[in-house]
Amino acid sequence: MTDTGWFADVAVRDPDAAGDAVREGRADAPDDWPARAVEAGVAGDEDEYYELLREATIAGTRAAVQERERADDQQLVHAVRAMADLSDAANEVAERAVEWAGSLFEDVDAGVDGARAVAERDPETLAEERAVSLCQRAADLADERERVREFVEAQGPAVAPNLSMLAGPVLAARLIALAGSLEDLAKMPSGTVQVLGAEDALFAHLRGHAPSPKHGVIYTHEYVHGTHPDERGSAARALAGKLSIAARVDHYSGDRRPELRDELDERMERIRAREHE
Amino acid sequence: MTDLPAGVERREFGDDEALATQGEPAYGEPVVDGWRRWDAHRSKLGATLELGLDTGLAGGDGVLYLGAANGTTVSHVADFAGPTYAVEFAPRPVRDLLAVAEDRDNLFPLLKDARQPETYAHVVEADLDAVVQDVATRGQADVALANRQFLADDGRLVAAIKARSEDVTEAPEDVFERVLDQLREGYEVLATERMEPFHEDHLAVVATPK
Repeated sequence: MTDTGWFADVAVRDPDAAGDAVREGRADAPDDWPARAVEAGVAGDEDEYYELLREATIAGTRAAVQERERADDQQLVHAVRAMADLSDAANEVAERAVEWAGSLFEDVDAGVDGARAVAERDPETLAEERAVSLCQRAADLADERERVREFVEAQGPAVAPNLSMLAGPVLAARLIALAGSLEDLAKMPSGTVQVLGAEDALFAHLRGHAPSPKHGVIYTHEYVHGTHPDERGSAARALAGKLSIAARVDHYSGDRRPELRDELDERMERIRAREHE
Repeated sequence: MTDLPAGVERREFGDDEALATQGEPAYGEPVVDGWRRWDAHRSKLGATLELGLDTGLAGGDGVLYLGAANGTTVSHVADFAGPTYAVEFAPRPVRDLLAVAEDRDNLFPLLKDARQPETYAHVVEADLDAVVQDVATRGQADVALANRQFLADDGRLVAAIKARSEDVTEAPEDVFERVLDQLREGYEVLATERMEPFHEDHLAVVATPK
């Protein structure tokens, strides 16, 4: 079935069915489809064929756009905020659980890893049962955080391909969450993007008793924290500039622009070269 | 200056003159007496016509437009052309493209990847008069070659080649030479022209299948 047009074996007057045929069909090569459709009796004449084609392409393309856009920025915002909550909760529960377990067992390590080890034990008393179970909850929270992170890694490139390419999907999602939405991020000046997540330091600066912050969450990017402290401000400014452009492209056009990464790499190379002067 | 396609004219807009087509307004462009201003700074095909290249485009042509984006340029193409198939890969701009298509009888929007013509060859007809290409991806010559199958023997490829999409570090002249060499595997190149001052580091190309 690779040499037939979209209209073959389809209820062409049903926009949903015709739209699906446009979306999902394939052919090895084009053909004189208007003439073929008239020959097959699908349309009375070519004008009628084009009317049917117009309805089918608009219906099919609208459905396809909706489906692709459901991979939507707000889902990413929920996910990345949940990631932060799960981290906090896992650490807090683990801290309490290992402290409890430490009073019952020998050699209990701190943190989530410690809790994970305790969760493997067979409890023998009622108290041990509770402590081991609590350790298991801490490990479960940490596992859930990991699964949410995998979701962010998978969805980020669909929602914001260029931003995810430059920042990594997790940092991209955190920036979108701090801004509120991809649209809000796209509308921000890059100086604001540079200090997103450093609001406390920014307001301390604006009140006049602190230096201006050089970076917010973009600190987690290798290009900022991996750059010598003397050049970190320049690195943060350059990175924020490219991230802003990427967010705008993602929101307003959706094109993939691989050249943004080359431009960023080039700029960073120049900034880092200064360190050795 | 070569002839503009029928349906494209130079009209007065206030103090200056610009290309224009007749149709439903699509994106807030100035309209005088039903003629919509077609700004060469916003449209690579507009710039190609403004630069005076002989595109071979004519009123009523069947057109496949690759890289339609939000439909700014393709709205003008559909004003003067015949059946116009608009392919765009990114969902967000296609939302705007759909609105442009709603106002036109001859514009068929498709959310497809121009690098995979087999996903729309069951919709787009053969023997078209023109393929207009404005895709900002690496491998622009590959896209042109893959879509040659839609063109009539005497059809025209009218492409805007973006140097920075191929390689930002290489000199644009070198990129253009490489892309043109590759294009010649399937096309005879009829004319080329740099698109400054309208668009930086872009090359307008008119070619025909060989």
